[in-house]
Amino acid sequence: MSAGQLPRWVDYGLIPFLNLAAAFLVSGLVVVLIGENPLDAVQLLVWGSVGYGEGIGFTLFYATNFIFTGLAVAVAFHAGLFNIGGEGQAYIGGLGVAFACLALDQIVPWYITLPFAIIGSSLMGAAWAFIPAWLQATRGSHVVITTIMFNFIASSLMVYLLNNALKKPGSMQPETRTFEAGGRLPFLNDIFPSFGFGYAPVNLSLFVALAACVLVWVLIWRTKLGFEIRSFGANATAAVYAGISPVRTIVITMLISGGLAGMMAINEIMGSQHRLLIDFVTGYGFVGIAVALMGRAHPVGIVLASILFGMLYQGGAELSFEMPNITRDMIIVIQGLVILFAGALEHMFRPAIVKLFTPSRALAAKEA
Amino acid sequence: MSDTPAIELRKINKRFGPVHANKDIDLVVKKGSIHGIIGENGAGKSTLMSILYGFYQADEGDILVDGKKVTISDSKAAIGLGIGMVHQHFMLVDNFSVLENVVLGAEDSALLSGGINRARTELKRLEDEYELRVDPDALIQDLPVGLQQRVEILKALYRSAEVLILDEPTGVLTPPEADHLFKILEVLKNEGKTVLLITHKLREIMAATDTVSVMRRGEMVATRETASTSMEELAELMVGRSVLLRVDKKPAQPKAPVMEVENLTVTDSRGVQVVKDVSFIVCAGEIVGIAGVSGNGQSELLETLAGIRRATRGTLKINGETIDLGTSTLDAADMRAKSMGHVPEDRHRMGLINSFSEYENSILGYHRDPAYSRGVLMDLAAIKKNAVAEIEKYDIRPPNPMLKTANFSGGNQQKIVLAREIERDPEVLLVGQPTRGVDIGAIEFIHRRIVEMRDAGKGILLVSVELDEIRALSDRVLVMFDGKIVGERGSDADEGELGLLMAGVEDNNKMAVEGGAR
Repeated sequence: MSAGQLPRWVDYGLIPFLNLAAAFLVSGLVVVLIGENPLDAVQLLVWGSVGYGEGIGFTLFYATNFIFTGLAVAVAFHAGLFNIGGEGQAYIGGLGVAFACLALDQIVPWYITLPFAIIGSSLMGAAWAFIPAWLQATRGSHVVITTIMFNFIASSLMVYLLNNALKKPGSMQPETRTFEAGGRLPFLNDIFPSFGFGYAPVNLSLFVALAACVLVWVLIWRTKLGFEIRSFGANATAAVYAGISPVRTIVITMLISGGLAGMMAINEIMGSQHRLLIDFVTGYGFVGIAVALMGRAHPVGIVLASILFGMLYQGGAELSFEMPNITRDMIIVIQGLVILFAGALEHMFRPAIVKLFTPSRALAAKEA
Repeated sequence: MSDTPAIELRKINKRFGPVHANKDIDLVVKKGSIHGIIGENGAGKSTLMSILYGFYQADEGDILVDGKKVTISDSKAAIGLGIGMVHQHFMLVDNFSVLENVVLGAEDSALLSGGINRARTELKRLEDEYELRVDPDALIQDLPVGLQQRVEILKALYRSAEVLILDEPTGVLTPPEADHLFKILEVLKNEGKTVLLITHKLREIMAATDTVSVMRRGEMVATRETASTSMEELAELMVGRSVLLRVDKKPAQPKAPVMEVENLTVTDSRGVQVVKDVSFIVCAGEIVGIAGVSGNGQSELLETLAGIRRATRGTLKINGETIDLGTSTLDAADMRAKSMGHVPEDRHRMGLINSFSEYENSILGYHRDPAYSRGVLMDLAAIKKNAVAEIEKYDIRPPNPMLKTANFSGGNQQKIVLAREIERDPEVLLVGQPTRGVDIGAIEFIHRRIVEMRDAGKGILLVSVELDEIRALSDRVLVMFDGKIVGERGSDADEGELGLLMAGVEDNNKMAVEGGAR
């Protein structure tokens, strides 16, 4: 049925824009309700996130996290799998980064450590996704259930490890020692001082994230494996008919997904915190779901959606600082509204738009 | 009988986006008649009936029931106006009894017992009046499809339907069951009910209707008294040009066997044996047809041979290689590597990925072939080149490899599948329902390709629930009933005889079976 066919700019431009506009409209009403001027609030939010160098730096730093977790969710989407365990996979991915950094930071420069950190984080993230993947593939245990349970297990495991095994001797903090220079990625402010990123923690892993976008694009649309993943996601029966093994596809896809989520830890641990600590993921894994939804599971869309959510994080922090009435919780409400309109209510405006666009085209075709 | 038509449609228009599914449809259905609506798939029959039953709203046009203009906003309104529908896929709850299914949605009160008892009396009356006998306490899952359909009809009558719409009612029935259905329709007519019969089978129109309307590409092209028309004329009206109803082919020249199946038994996920100890041979240069009513194990047989389903036991000899199907772990890709092509029965569910482009579907299952890849990457240039070549050779329209397969018509979708499987030049081709939901023009083309492949010396196993198709194409016919091959006939098989075998009536010509399937 070609009824739902829309021009690409409508599908990828207009509809997301309308969703976003609706989210901001409702957010504006909330701001009015608590007695602030919504226009001022928007101005503060935009200025805080992209109005000056340091703000941009923070926005890009958050965006880097979202690119990794968004890609993770997107790859699984293509196989029809809903990996909501990005949170836990990223958390455990932190272990891989920390192992690489703790082992190498005193002997080699950061660019030698980085490949090991990438391998370590993706292996650990993938390993954390493996058990849910295996259970889904062979037992039919739904990944939505198992991955979310694994988030809790990851959380407990990390608390245990940090308190009992990885803690710096003599410290009360549940965190590892701070990495030396060999375990720290350069800040972009040090590489490009003219941008004026200031104290923003945006670092080289932004480029790792962008490279991951390219690789995911190649994987999904240019490789045989990607073809199998998409086939399985679009029509599992047809995939079996084509000789594509469901077990293999589910497991491999989830490993890739978990690996990408795990790589988020590079940005936080090696790029910013320079130590492994409790709860460094703080919701980035979950927001990745919204990012992937909004970005239509396409790397370009994910980059754009990541920047948007980065803006919300950074601009929101700025906003709550400038307008004390708008608390941190209010910012979360606004983010929630964006997720609601861009994700859950994604199709709310679609029927109207389809109506708007098709009669004119049908009439044109009739007259032609 | 008054002269007011039971149903009258005036200038009905319905568009789905750019698709104009119904164009200025006028239709008059006389009270107390059986009115057939025939047309190819996609001609707009189902859309029209959905408008009548309230699933869709017409963009323009009027509906008159008993001469009064009405608005049918949903199926409840349709039922209220005395319009009942028997869907192609039954809307029954399997583990409910007949009585419960009839009452479902018309319980009248929060407590069941009152409604149930009233229904029992009413059902008894309906059964007597229309000779629609079904045990009211039987569970739906225990009833054969023919009786399930009867329950659907009873459901409509219980809601006091005056007009009964039947959408492709014989698709799942054996020929004797279909004949019985037509008898029931005749009784309904004599009791003053009006029947609208939607079908794409010309024979049924001729056998059962008083009046027939032909639809083509969203338009109502003609209405005829059935008695004063012919199959040829109707076929021509449906397609818009004259068509060959028979397949032109030379007698087969079978050579050595290319596929031998022995003692194949398949058990499904519920633990029921669906294929029971089946043995047969397919030779190079012949088409072996498997006739049978849908659901008698043919689908499972085909899927098992294609490597999609696991067998309990049995062996398969293909190209001289023997495979123990009971222990083999070969999947569909492995079977393709053994030169076995497979055109699956259901192209939407299995043969195609409708959200993919044509060119992506043109290599589904062959994507690992080195011809279409470079290392881990797909060779998109080679894939598209091949897709364009197949589009040209099989006259696939529109000739656009970038278009999603969902946007092709049924016939063209089937050609995409057929091109993919035939052009790999397999020694054995498994073909399931090659022309289901395919327009008549494309049927000719598809049949010709299959016969050409036979003439090129390949072995073809054809499964179809269309007896006409089996008889037109096959050089030998095996009949499957209840998972077993119950008979074998030549290409000149008598239709009535095949019909009886399909219905499970004992074969009095047992020798043919015991003679091995050859």
